[in-house]
Amino acid sequence: MAKYILKRVGLALLTLFIIIFVLFVLVRIMPGNPFPSERMSADQIANKRAEMGLDDPILVQFGRYFVNLLHGDFGKGTSLYYGAPINTVLSTCISNSFRIGGLAILEGAAVGLLLGITAALNKGRFLDSFCTVFSILGVCVPGYVFLIFLQYFFSYRIPFFPYFFDPNRFMFSAILPSLSLSLFTMSTVARFTRNEMVEVMDSDYVRLAESKGMTGSLLVRRHILRNALIPIVTVLGPLIVDLLTGALVVEKIYGINGIGKLMVDAIAGEGVDYNYVLALGILYSALYIGIMLVVDILYGVIDPRIRVASSGEGD
Amino acid sequence: MAQTTYVPVAGDFELIADHDITTDKNFASQSYWKGVAIHFFRNRRAVVGLVLVLAIILLAILGPVVSPYAYDQIIRDPANEAVVAKGIAPPGAQEGPFAGQLFLFGTDDLGRDLWTRTWQGARISLIIAFVTIFIDMIIGMSYGLISGYFGGMVDNIMQRVVEVANSVPRLVIVSVLAIFMPKGMGLVIVALLLTEWIGMSKIARAEMLKMKEQEYVLASRTLGARSMHIIFKQILPNTIGPIITQMMFSIPTAIFTEAFLSFVGVGIVLPQCSIGSLIESGFNNITTLPYQILPPIIVLALQMLGFNFIGDGFREALAPKLEDM
Repeated sequence: MAKYILKRVGLALLTLFIIIFVLFVLVRIMPGNPFPSERMSADQIANKRAEMGLDDPILVQFGRYFVNLLHGDFGKGTSLYYGAPINTVLSTCISNSFRIGGLAILEGAAVGLLLGITAALNKGRFLDSFCTVFSILGVCVPGYVFLIFLQYFFSYRIPFFPYFFDPNRFMFSAILPSLSLSLFTMSTVARFTRNEMVEVMDSDYVRLAESKGMTGSLLVRRHILRNALIPIVTVLGPLIVDLLTGALVVEKIYGINGIGKLMVDAIAGEGVDYNYVLALGILYSALYIGIMLVVDILYGVIDPRIRVASSGEGD
Repeated sequence: MAQTTYVPVAGDFELIADHDITTDKNFASQSYWKGVAIHFFRNRRAVVGLVLVLAIILLAILGPVVSPYAYDQIIRDPANEAVVAKGIAPPGAQEGPFAGQLFLFGTDDLGRDLWTRTWQGARISLIIAFVTIFIDMIIGMSYGLISGYFGGMVDNIMQRVVEVANSVPRLVIVSVLAIFMPKGMGLVIVALLLTEWIGMSKIARAEMLKMKEQEYVLASRTLGARSMHIIFKQILPNTIGPIITQMMFSIPTAIFTEAFLSFVGVGIVLPQCSIGSLIESGFNNITTLPYQILPPIIVLALQMLGFNFIGDGFREALAPKLEDM
């Protein structure tokens, strides 16, 4: 097991290194001038370039950047607007985004599981159909559309919730965005749980347990849910990754000062700050790879057959 | 006891049905695709999905054509040159210069007919989805099949590339692309091209690993067939089912991504429109013209619903469970 985890971690780190390198090179060979040249004389630009070390060979630059990165330093932005050290900007953004994202995952997983279990236990009845319709709706309509409606009805027509995110009242103003962010997770988890449970309820060992006289919640907890949960853990990983994308628009709509909004600014904003693109690219890739890694390892922990199969394949 | 033996005569028997007994109707040979089609059309959801998607495609083709307005035409009130921004107007109900004219979905904040724009947007979204998924299928399928067929070192290297490519989030790709490329349809297509082929290649590779040990592959290799011939002429037709299923699930992803990118502001540029850009402009005017956001959202949801249903139906039709037969 230790060897398996070590190998996975090593591969993930290597992948991340490659991505950082490619991103760095891409951002450095980008056309254009990082400084607003109309307001700066040629001398000033040359000084600034020398100060930021932009005239060195690209490998030297990368080495310097990477060493700083290992110390947890993303460097500075180049533009006037985002000129502060990237770390200070990022730290607030990360804390906002993570708290809302974490809330969304909790809500999504908890409600989704509950819905799925209820639906499976009432298979073929009204609650089951309700769960099906709900999960179809959640998959077909993007979360930010729900947020637009929620915001329109509950912040604008009935001004109960704040219209925009308010960091001073965090929990209260996090309700709408985290709820709409969690809808996709919720519906996917609900559908998965239901299908898995129905399948497990049909299996021989559950029938055996029943014939031994086991009924009720003990049967559900001991035999059905345990086996049904294995595949659900594995869908949660990709769902968290989807959440990263969803958070982008949700943060933009609700005015949350998070990494998603920063990313939107980096993607769409004119006069984009390349150092931010680089920092955010690295951050997102690291998150993504980290989540995948955890899922992989969890998968191996939960179901030993997978570990054996993947090491037997010889890669 | 004397035993009498009874000799049966032809009249004792009666044919229960007068069908031609030389053709076996119970186990009539049925081609693979015919079976898939039968299962597909027996599935009510799948048929609903198919009807939805066909209806949307039809409207996306015909909607802008039958409309008297162009999608980027700004409709002005001839009396005072003001742009007409209003909700649903029933035909002939109002007085004034627009009496008898029909704005089925109303007009947007710049006085453009929303009916025309919605279907024009749906058209753009569908074009993007189909083009990218088709190209991705070709790339991903070839990649996966080749990687799976040769195995060993080739497979090892090709899979490492996939692993790295798969570890880059789509957002990062988009953010880097947005710096290199101008905004618009091209950016959306390239972003999708760079990411969607991976899933396709994984499916193709898995299918190839299942197929390549089969006898017919060995037979054609023994007969001297070249690798490329075996991969693309012999094995490919047998793997097409799961690949089409994957395509059906990729199309909603593509539509979603397009909507997302246009919403964020790197997708379709004005006055062009897509589902995503329409949702965005609807969102920007939601407090003043709230009806404006509804048509694109409904079309988006119906598209997603249709393609998901088709995908599910297709997957079930390809691998029907025994009880459904």
